[in-house]
Amino acid sequence: MSNNPLSRFFGWFFHRSRGDSPFKTLMIHATLIVACIIAVYPVLRVVTISLRPNDTLLTTDLRIIPENATLDNYKEVLFGDPEKNRQSDFFLWIWNSISVVAVTSVISVILAAISAYAFSRFRFPGREAGLVFLLTTQMIPAGMLLLPLFIMIAKLKMINTSLGLIIAYAVTSVPLTIWTLKGYYDTIPVDLEEAALIDGASRVTVFTKIILPLSTPALAIAFLFSFMGGWSEYLVARVVLQKNEIFTWPLGIFTFAQQFTVSWGQFAAASVLIAIPVMALFLYSSKWLISGLTLGSVKG
Amino acid sequence: MASVTYKNVFKKFGDLMIIKDLNIQVEDKEFLVLVGPSGCGKTTALRLLAGLEEITDGQIIIGDRVVNDVAPKDRDIAMVFQSYALYPHLSVYDNMAFGLKLRKTPKEEIKRRVGDAAEILGITDLLQRKPRQLSGGQRQRVAVGRAIVREPKVFLFDEPLSNLDAKLRVQMRAEISKLHQRLQTTFIYVTHDQTEAMTMASRIAVINKGKLLQLDTPQNLYDYPNNLFVAGFIGSPAMNFFPAKLVKEGDKMLVDTGDFKVAIPDKHAAPYKSMDGKSVVFGIRPENIHDPEFAPQNILAEKITSKVDVTELMGNETLLYLVSGKNSYVGRVDPRSKLRVSDSAAMIFDMDKFHIFDAETENAIR
Repeated sequence: MSNNPLSRFFGWFFHRSRGDSPFKTLMIHATLIVACIIAVYPVLRVVTISLRPNDTLLTTDLRIIPENATLDNYKEVLFGDPEKNRQSDFFLWIWNSISVVAVTSVISVILAAISAYAFSRFRFPGREAGLVFLLTTQMIPAGMLLLPLFIMIAKLKMINTSLGLIIAYAVTSVPLTIWTLKGYYDTIPVDLEEAALIDGASRVTVFTKIILPLSTPALAIAFLFSFMGGWSEYLVARVVLQKNEIFTWPLGIFTFAQQFTVSWGQFAAASVLIAIPVMALFLYSSKWLISGLTLGSVKG
Repeated sequence: MASVTYKNVFKKFGDLMIIKDLNIQVEDKEFLVLVGPSGCGKTTALRLLAGLEEITDGQIIIGDRVVNDVAPKDRDIAMVFQSYALYPHLSVYDNMAFGLKLRKTPKEEIKRRVGDAAEILGITDLLQRKPRQLSGGQRQRVAVGRAIVREPKVFLFDEPLSNLDAKLRVQMRAEISKLHQRLQTTFIYVTHDQTEAMTMASRIAVINKGKLLQLDTPQNLYDYPNNLFVAGFIGSPAMNFFPAKLVKEGDKMLVDTGDFKVAIPDKHAAPYKSMDGKSVVFGIRPENIHDPEFAPQNILAEKITSKVDVTELMGNETLLYLVSGKNSYVGRVDPRSKLRVSDSAAMIFDMDKFHIFDAETENAIR
C-alpha cells in the first residue's frame, strides 16, 4: 500500500484485509451503501413527516429534521387532543397488540416445542409427510389464507374477538416454529435422554428437565420470531377485528386515515413510537437472532 | 447386586438381524466384558439390557425378574456412556444427584452419597463446575460417579474409555477394576479393545456378527480359542495364521503350508490322526516364535527358514515381521536379537503352543 494519505484513508476506511483490489472494495461498498440508503430512507422520511407541523406536511423539502420541527403529532397520538375533545386510544392498541401477540407466541411455542420433540425423536407413520406438509403451509401467501381463515373463525363464532385473532396467528406461526425447534432438538445428543431415562426419568421428565432447559436459546428465538411476526401483522387483523376497543396497533393507526382527511403527521408519529420498542427488542436480542438463524444447521 | 441372563435373545432392526440367539449367564458380582469389532452387536446387547432397545425375541433376566417389558428406570441399572452424556446445563453435583432427586431420595442422603462417590473418584473439588469446564478424564469420572451414587444392581459401561488418550485410558482401566473390587457389584462392560477386555474382565464374551463366539476367562480365551475369529481377535499382535493341509507321513502328522512343513508333536497328535488331507488353518502366537539364538531350551522346536521384512524394537521385546515363501508372520523375540531387515534365519516355532482350525468351519480342532 502506498503512503499517499488518501489511499491510507481508504485503506483504513474500507479495511482491505482480504487483499481485494481497490476497485472491488469500492464496488462492494458502493453496493452496500446504496442498499442501506434504500432501506433506511423510507424510515427517515417517516421520522421527518412525524416531526413536521401539520401545515407543511406536503412540502418537498428533503431535510431530515424539518423546519419548525414539532412534537405535536406525538403529543396528539399519545394523549389525544383536548381542544377537539378527542381521546387517544394509542395505549389501548399497544396493550391489545402486546396481549394478542404475547399469548399467540406463548401458545405457539408451547405447541411447537412439544410437537417438534415428537418429530425429532420418534419414528411414526406419517412423520416425513407431516414435516413436508408443515413446510408447504409456509409456501402459501398469507393473502390466500384470508378467506378460509375468516370462514373458520366465523364458524367458531370468534369474529371480533381477540381469541379469534390469537388462533389465526398461532396456526400460521406454529409450523415454522416446529421446524426451527426440531432442527435444534436434532442437535441434542440422544445419549443425554437415554442417560436420563436410565437415571429414572420418564419421557415427560426427560423433556422438561433435559430437553427444554437445553433448548432455551432456540425457544427464545422461536418466541421472538413468533412475536415479530404477529406484532406488525395487518391483513388478518383487519379481517378478524372490527371494533376499535380490540384493535391491534396496525389497525388502530389506520383510524388516522379517515374518510376525507389523512393525519399523516400522527400516522407517522404513531409508526415511530411503535417501532421504538421493537427496535429495542431487536437490538437487545440481535446476538441471539444471528445465532438463532443458524440454529440446527451448524451446531455440532 | 444381581445376576444377569440373556436367554435366546434376538434383535432385529428392520430386516437386519443384529443379535442372533444370544445366551449369556452373568454371575452376581462378576465383571463381564463384551468384546468384538465395530458393528458386531455388542453395544446393542448392552442397550437391550438397559432397556433402551426392545428385544425382538427371547428373555433378559436381571436377578430373578424378566425385564423385557420393564422401563429402563425400573431396571435398577446404571450406565456409563461412551460420550459420557453429562447434562450440560447442570453442575457436576446436580449431574450426580439427578437420578437420586428423581427418586425422591432425602436431601441429606443425596449429599452423603454424592460426597462419597466424589471422594472415591477424586472429584470433590469439581462438584460446582459445569461439564464443559472439565477435561475428558474428569468428565469420565463424573459419568462413573453418576452411576455409583445410584447404587444399582448392575453397572453397564459402553466403551467408556474410547475417547480418552492412551495414558489416561490405562489409568482409568485400573480405576474401574479397583471400583469393581470395592463395590462388589455386577459390571457389564462393552469394548472393542481386546487389551481392555483382557486386563479388566473376570470373563470375556467375544461377539461377532451378532453371535456369541466364546465366553470364558481371559486366560482360557487366550490359550484355548474356540475358533479362528477369537484366536485372531484376542492377543496383540494377533496370532499368525497359515492356510495349510494336514498330511500323514509314516506315523507322523505334519502341517503342510506349501512353503514349509511342521510336525505335530506326538503328544498333541491324537485329534488329527484321522485327518489326512484335511484343509486347516495353522495358528501360532508371535511370542511362541523365537530367534534361534535366544530360543529357550527344552521346547518342541520346529525350524522355519524365513527372511526379516521389518523389525520393530519395543525395548522389552522386538517384533520381527517375517516372510517365508508366500506366508508372512510376526515373531515377538528377545530384544537382544541381532536379526535385521533382509537377514535370513531358521526361526524356531514352539510346537507345544500351536492351534489348528478347520478351514471350513473355522472351529478349533483339539
